[in-house]
Amino acid sequence: MKRVILRALLGAVLLALSTASFAAIDTYAFETAAEEARYKALIDELRCPKCLNTNLSGSDSPISADLRRTVATMVQAGKGDEEIREYLLARYGDFILYRPRVMPATYVLWFGPALLFLLALAFMARLVLRQRRAEAPAPLSPEEQAALARLSQAVGENSKA
Amino acid sequence: MIPELGHFALILALMLAVLLAVVPMAGVVRRDLTLQHSAGALSAGLFVFLLLSYACLTQAFLQDDFSVAYVANNSNALLPWYYKVSAVWGAHEGSFLLWTLIMGGWTLAVALRSEALPTAMLARVLSVMGALTVGFILFLLMTSNPFERVLPVAAVEGADLNPQLQDFGLIVHPPMLYTGYVGFSVAFAFAIAALLSGRLDAAWARWSRPWTNLAWAFLSVGIALGSWWAYYELGWGGWWFWDAVENASFMPWLVGTALIHSLAVTEKRGVFKSWTVLLAIAAFSLSLLGAFIVRSGVLTSVHAFAVDPERGMFILVFLLLVVGSALALYALRAPVMRAEARYEGLSREVMLLANNIVLVVSTAAVLLGTLYPLVYESLTGGGKISVGPPYFNAVFVPLMVLLLLMMAPAPLARWKRTGAAQLMSNLSKVALASVALGLALPLVITGALELWPVLSVMLGTWITLALLVDALERVRNKQGLSAKLRGLKNLGAGYGGMVLAHLGVAVTALGIALTTTYSTERDVRLAPGESVTLGPRTYLFEGVAPLEGPNYVADQGTVRVFQNGQPIAVLHPEKRRYLARQMVMTEADIDPGFFRDLYVALGEPLGEGAWALRVHDKPFVRWVWFGGVLMMFGGLMAAFDRRYRRLKLRDQAALAGALAS
Amino acid sequence: MSRTSLFLPLGLFLLMAFMLWRGFALNDPHELPSALLNQPLPDFQKTRLADGAPVARQDLLGTPFLLNVWATWCPTCKAEHAELNRIAARYAVPLVGVNYKDDGPAARAWLARYGDPYRLSVVDEDGSLGIELGVYGAPETFIVDGDGIIRYKRVGAVDRRVWEEEIRPVLQNLGLPLEEPPA
Repeated sequence: MKRVILRALLGAVLLALSTASFAAIDTYAFETAAEEARYKALIDELRCPKCLNTNLSGSDSPISADLRRTVATMVQAGKGDEEIREYLLARYGDFILYRPRVMPATYVLWFGPALLFLLALAFMARLVLRQRRAEAPAPLSPEEQAALARLSQAVGENSKA
Repeated sequence: MIPELGHFALILALMLAVLLAVVPMAGVVRRDLTLQHSAGALSAGLFVFLLLSYACLTQAFLQDDFSVAYVANNSNALLPWYYKVSAVWGAHEGSFLLWTLIMGGWTLAVALRSEALPTAMLARVLSVMGALTVGFILFLLMTSNPFERVLPVAAVEGADLNPQLQDFGLIVHPPMLYTGYVGFSVAFAFAIAALLSGRLDAAWARWSRPWTNLAWAFLSVGIALGSWWAYYELGWGGWWFWDAVENASFMPWLVGTALIHSLAVTEKRGVFKSWTVLLAIAAFSLSLLGAFIVRSGVLTSVHAFAVDPERGMFILVFLLLVVGSALALYALRAPVMRAEARYEGLSREVMLLANNIVLVVSTAAVLLGTLYPLVYESLTGGGKISVGPPYFNAVFVPLMVLLLLMMAPAPLARWKRTGAAQLMSNLSKVALASVALGLALPLVITGALELWPVLSVMLGTWITLALLVDALERVRNKQGLSAKLRGLKNLGAGYGGMVLAHLGVAVTALGIALTTTYSTERDVRLAPGESVTLGPRTYLFEGVAPLEGPNYVADQGTVRVFQNGQPIAVLHPEKRRYLARQMVMTEADIDPGFFRDLYVALGEPLGEGAWALRVHDKPFVRWVWFGGVLMMFGGLMAAFDRRYRRLKLRDQAALAGALAS
Repeated sequence: MSRTSLFLPLGLFLLMAFMLWRGFALNDPHELPSALLNQPLPDFQKTRLADGAPVARQDLLGTPFLLNVWATWCPTCKAEHAELNRIAARYAVPLVGVNYKDDGPAARAWLARYGDPYRLSVVDEDGSLGIELGVYGAPETFIVDGDGIIRYKRVGAVDRRVWEEEIRPVLQNLGLPLEEPPA
């Protein structure tokens, strides 16, 4: 409890002192640790529209700073994660989401690996079962049995010698 | 003069590579032993000229020869000499020359260390490697010549090496990585040789194994070094982003791991032959695909070299020719007959098959995710999508958990058939201990139970204890400690390598789970004299002072770290401005530790001497790379098992005996 | 394992190679298609660059126009500016500027120096209008129709080729005559 209060106080102080953020290290203050965690998770999952494959938290381009500010403001205003994602989706398109939406055009992406895994398991099962069925050799015919008896006798005689 | 010499050496290397690709193979077709034997000398000559060419480029850098375009674009007179040497591979042309040199190196190594191979087989293998080298050198000469001059007016000063690359990481990561990447060409060449000769047997697997283990070892450490470098260089505390270029190195590693296990099965039991050949082709194909991804610009990446569609097209055509013909050869010549040896449902064969399935499905998932933006754009007529860590983690992690689970029973399982009862009795004790430790350790150390730490400690213990139980089982019949130790030694380097490598995997998995869960960070505004608390430590900011480096000026901050009132570290994060390119870089400072890293980075000055600072506390992050180092030692150890060398002596003795009688 | 099934890897590889080959033909992986195509221009309450008077979305409706995001710190904007001047002068195409994350006095001086093709420029100092528009760098140019619906977006400079091949046809479809004024 004391930690929460101290953190809130620190947050309030920082909020009072914080100036505009210029670089990837912003000093936003949030009311609760949960909010801060949500903010961090969101900026990890959102892509910088301008950079060569970096998320908002790792980018120091101006547009990323603007977008981080937007996300921080929305989190502080109590907006939910899904709402924030949809807000940015409406303006920047699917590109800005590092977690692709599950939609017909991404069914192969999301379900392909699982499907492949199941197919492979089925293949392995079939392989093993086929082995087991072929395990027992066919019984010998009468002629083969006689030949086997003769050979065994011959081997037995040889080994005694 | 020297650049021209280097260029000329490259052309000579090309001619030798063409000869190497053609002559020994012709010797095989015509059953001409002399032609077959020429492969050795040709390999040596090829390597010598590639080395000469590379040395000339290095010399051009060391001499600040800015009349060479590549030197002018990537170096600077003020650059320290060790970065000049590394700058040779700092951009596309030079790094590909290094790649080709390493190819020559592997070719020579195979030529020198393959006395056990029948001449015809060696000739085929070296010819295939020669053919690949032809492609690489053609690529250099036709699209990426590092020796091109900027004439008539040479640059007065170089544009400097990208400041992000002026780092120890550049010195070690690319050479190790490329050695691994290119090393899979040996297994590839062996596979092609086997398909061509129709000789696909246990001997072929035995010859391939040490080379594959070696390449895998280098690739493992290369990837670990890259991850470590990105971690301390990029400034946001991350060490893996599932970026296209990272995936490009990871996919050959995954398939290479599957290949190592599949080769073991084929050597010991003569089964899975076609599958092993396919994996050998796939591993190197993924290396080539990696080269394509990094150098073509088709996929966006922070790590990619400068974009050039013309080069990309060349690599794609090369990829099509090499992989297409390899897979066509496979389809036409791989054996369809079922192997004789049988195995039961509970056997090492089946466990390793399961291992392969998990690894190959993981590779497919990573490949799919990496290329999906292209697929999506085609499907939707221009739509853009991003596939990033949330996807890859969601798909990869469950598969890895499965793999880690299987890593305990698999070494204990016997070939062909394992008694379920015995396996269970060994493993049930291990399982109990793992569950207990998995619950106890996190609880005792952190006071809470979180999913991933608990799971990873369980799995890490599971794997380690199972290895211990297995080792004890194998020396059960020896009496006394010294006999047991000798017994362990007699199990061979192959066994020891397996143990080390598996431990490495467990350590990496543990490191990943623990650091992901327990890392904390704070972004704060601090004025000199202010401090921030993170976990059990306090970070006191003492301000920033100017600093001059060899080719940069910087603001250097001082942060003192205290724990329990005692000072434990002083950190100096910097904000550097590199003079030549006028680029501003953040240099984080890290207090490394085996159990935790303390990481501080400077943001922007916020006025009145105050700065934005980021402080990270990252427990166990070093384990991620330490595991990679263990894997490397494991792979090296297994590659140098005397079993592979002793056979050479045995073959020689047999030959001598046969000749004498 | 039948012989035909051994051709599966080759088939999959060729499919992948085809995807990669397509990758060259596709657009720069960096050019994002606009998420706002066929969506209404977002509403805003901003001020005009010239005199600080308030301007909102409805002030811009009525005829199709080009919305150009520009700034003094953007070198490509300077490069495309001549083309914008030309378009504004020769064709009856209204241009509206969005002065993106810029400094007012510097922007006015810039226009005075390089020409002002815009009916008006909207001041977007903090970039919030840019975010509403899905802007991630300058210059960017939109075509907005008479009802305020966004019909086209171009990321990067507008040059003669872009005008002739991409922008002009869309404007003509929207009903702008685009006659050249009599000499």
